[in-house]
Amino acid sequence: METSILFIQLLNGLQLGILLFLLSAGLTLTFGIMDFVNLAHGALYMLGAFFCATLTLYTGSFILAVLLAIPLTALAGFILEKLVVQHLYDRDHLDHVLATFGLILCIDTMVHIIWGPEGMAIPLPDFLNSQVELLPGIVFPTFRLLIIAIGLIAAAGLYILVNHTRLGMLIRAGASNRTMVGALGVDIRTLFSGVFALGAALAGLAGMLIAPITEASIGMGSDIIITTFVVIIIGGVGSMKGAFLAALIIGLIDTFGRSFLDDIFKLVMSSEAAETAAPAVSAMLIYILMAVILAFRPQGLFPPLTR
Amino acid sequence: MNPALKNTSTAWLSVVMVVLLAAVPYVLYVSGNTFWLDIFTRLVILAIAACGLNLILGLGGLVSFGHAAYIGIGAYAVGIPAYHETYGGLDAIASYNGFVHLGLALLTSAVFAFITGVISLRTRGVNFIMITMAFGQMMFYAIVSLETYGGDDGLTIDLRSELPLINLDSPLSLYGLCYVSLLVIVFFTYRIRHSRFGLTLQGAKSNEERMNAIGVNCYKYQLTAFVLSGVVCGYAGFLLGNFTTFISPEMMDWTRSGEIMFMVILGGAATLWGPVIGAIIFIVLEFVLSEYTVYWHLPFGLLLIFSVLFLRGGVTGALHRLGKPAVRSQS
Repeated sequence: METSILFIQLLNGLQLGILLFLLSAGLTLTFGIMDFVNLAHGALYMLGAFFCATLTLYTGSFILAVLLAIPLTALAGFILEKLVVQHLYDRDHLDHVLATFGLILCIDTMVHIIWGPEGMAIPLPDFLNSQVELLPGIVFPTFRLLIIAIGLIAAAGLYILVNHTRLGMLIRAGASNRTMVGALGVDIRTLFSGVFALGAALAGLAGMLIAPITEASIGMGSDIIITTFVVIIIGGVGSMKGAFLAALIIGLIDTFGRSFLDDIFKLVMSSEAAETAAPAVSAMLIYILMAVILAFRPQGLFPPLTR
Repeated sequence: MNPALKNTSTAWLSVVMVVLLAAVPYVLYVSGNTFWLDIFTRLVILAIAACGLNLILGLGGLVSFGHAAYIGIGAYAVGIPAYHETYGGLDAIASYNGFVHLGLALLTSAVFAFITGVISLRTRGVNFIMITMAFGQMMFYAIVSLETYGGDDGLTIDLRSELPLINLDSPLSLYGLCYVSLLVIVFFTYRIRHSRFGLTLQGAKSNEERMNAIGVNCYKYQLTAFVLSGVVCGYAGFLLGNFTTFISPEMMDWTRSGEIMFMVILGGAATLWGPVIGAIIFIVLEFVLSEYTVYWHLPFGLLLIFSVLFLRGGVTGALHRLGKPAVRSQS
C-alpha cells in the first residue's frame, strides 16, 4: 500500500515537474538570449488554456483544439513581442518588470472581458479520461501520463533544436554574444521574435495540458509564474539543462512535501502540531530549498558557461 | 539643474505636500465628506510603504519585488495577537496593546528582511528581482496555509490596537498618526540621502565594483538598507491593518508588490517626494478609472506600459525636464 502511494506521487511530481519545465524553458530562453525578464510569461500560459477551452467547445475535439491553439498562442506571443517587448530589449530589467507587469494587467482584464470571470472547464475525450493499470494494483489517470509523455517529447525536441540545428546554433550564438551575431548578418530581430513566440507556444502548451485537470481560469498564470521563477533560479538562469533538472526536482519535492510532510512531522511532534505546521511548511518548502541552494551557489545549480 | 534651484523647488514641493496632505482631508472631513478621509488614509499608508521601498529601490538601486510581504507581516502582527486575545491561545503574544503589535510588526519584518536579505543580496539583477519575489510569495503561501487565521478568507480585526493618547477608532486621529508618520519617514529619507550611509548606498548603485575597490563593504550597507526598507513597509502594514480592520493574504500577493513599485517608479525613484506623488497618482487613477469601468486594470496596465516606454525618470523626472531644452538623459 505504502509503496503504491509513493509510486503514484512520484508520477504526480513528475507531471508537475514536466509542466514547470515547459514554462521555464520559454522563460529561460527569452532571458538567456534577449536578456529579457518576462513576468507576462504566465499570462501566455493562461491564454493557451483559454484558447484551447474555446476551440474544444467549437471543434468538439480536444486534440484538434490543442493543435490549433499552439500556433495561436505563438502568434499572440509574436504580436506581444512586436508591439511592446521589442522596444524594451535595450532597457534595464526594472523597465522589463514594470512593462510586463502592465501587460499582465491588460491580458488578465481582457480575458475577463472576453471569457468572463468564471473559469472554463475542458472536457476530455473518453480514451484520455480514463485510468490505466501501470503495475498490478497501481492505477494512474491516462491523461496525466500523456502530459508526462508530451513534456518529455517537447524536452527532447528542444534539445535537438538547440543543439543540432542551424536555428539552434544561432540561438546559442545569440545567447553568448548577440551583437556579434547581428554583425555577422543574422537577422537578430526576427530571431528574437521567433524565440519569443516559441517560448509563448511552450507556455501555452503547458496551459492547455493543465486546463482539463484544473480548468482555465484568470490568475492561473500569476500563481505559477513564481514557481517557474524558483525553477529557473535553482537551475541557473539561462540554462536549459538546469531548467529541466530543477523543474523535476521542484515538481517532486513540492508533491512529496504536500502529501507526506504531515506524516513525517507526526514522527517528531504531536499530531495536532503536525497538522498545523505541515501545510505551512510544505507551502514554503520549495522556497526554503531555493534559499538553501542560493546560500551555497548564488548562480544556481547549472549556470550557463558564458555570462 | 542648478543645485540651489533644485533645492528651492524641492523645498517648495515639500511645503505644498505638507500643507495639502494636512489641509485637504481635514477640510473635507469637517465639511461632512467622511469618505474622502478614508481615501486619504489609504493614500498616506501606501505612500509610507512606497517610501520604504524607495530606500532600497531608489537609493540602493536594488529592485526588490517582494515588499508587499512586509505589509502583510505588519498587518498580521495586529491581527494575530488581537485574535488570540479574543479567542485564547498563544498567551505569549495575545494582546490588544498597540505597542505589542507595533513591536511585533517591526521585529518580524526586520528578521524576515534580514534573513531573506542575507541570501538575496548575494545575487544581482534579474536573479535579485525573482528571488525577492519568490520570498514574498513564500510569505503569502505561508499565511494562506494558516487555517487558524482564516487562510485564504482573511481575518477580521475586531478591536484596533490600543495606544495611549491616540484613539485609532477615530478616523481623524488615525489619519493624524499616518500623516505624522509619513512626514517623519520623508524627513528620515532626506537625512539618509545626505548621510554617509546614504551616499555609500548611492555610490554602490552607480558603481559597485569601484566602491568595493575603495574599500567599502557594499553588502553591509545594502543589507542595512534592505532591513530598514522592510521595517518601514512593516510599519505601513501595521497602519493598514488598523485602518481596514480586515486583513487577508491578498494584500501580500506579488501583484501588490508590483503596485508599490509602480508608485516609486512613476513618482520618481530616489527623489524625496517621488513615492508620495506616485501613491497620489495611483490612488487617483484607481479612483477615477474604477468610476468608469470595472475593468479599470486594462487602462491602468496600458498606462503603465506607456509610462515605461515613453516617460523615463517618472513624473518628477518629466517635471524637471519640462521647461528645459530637450536634453538626452544621461543615464
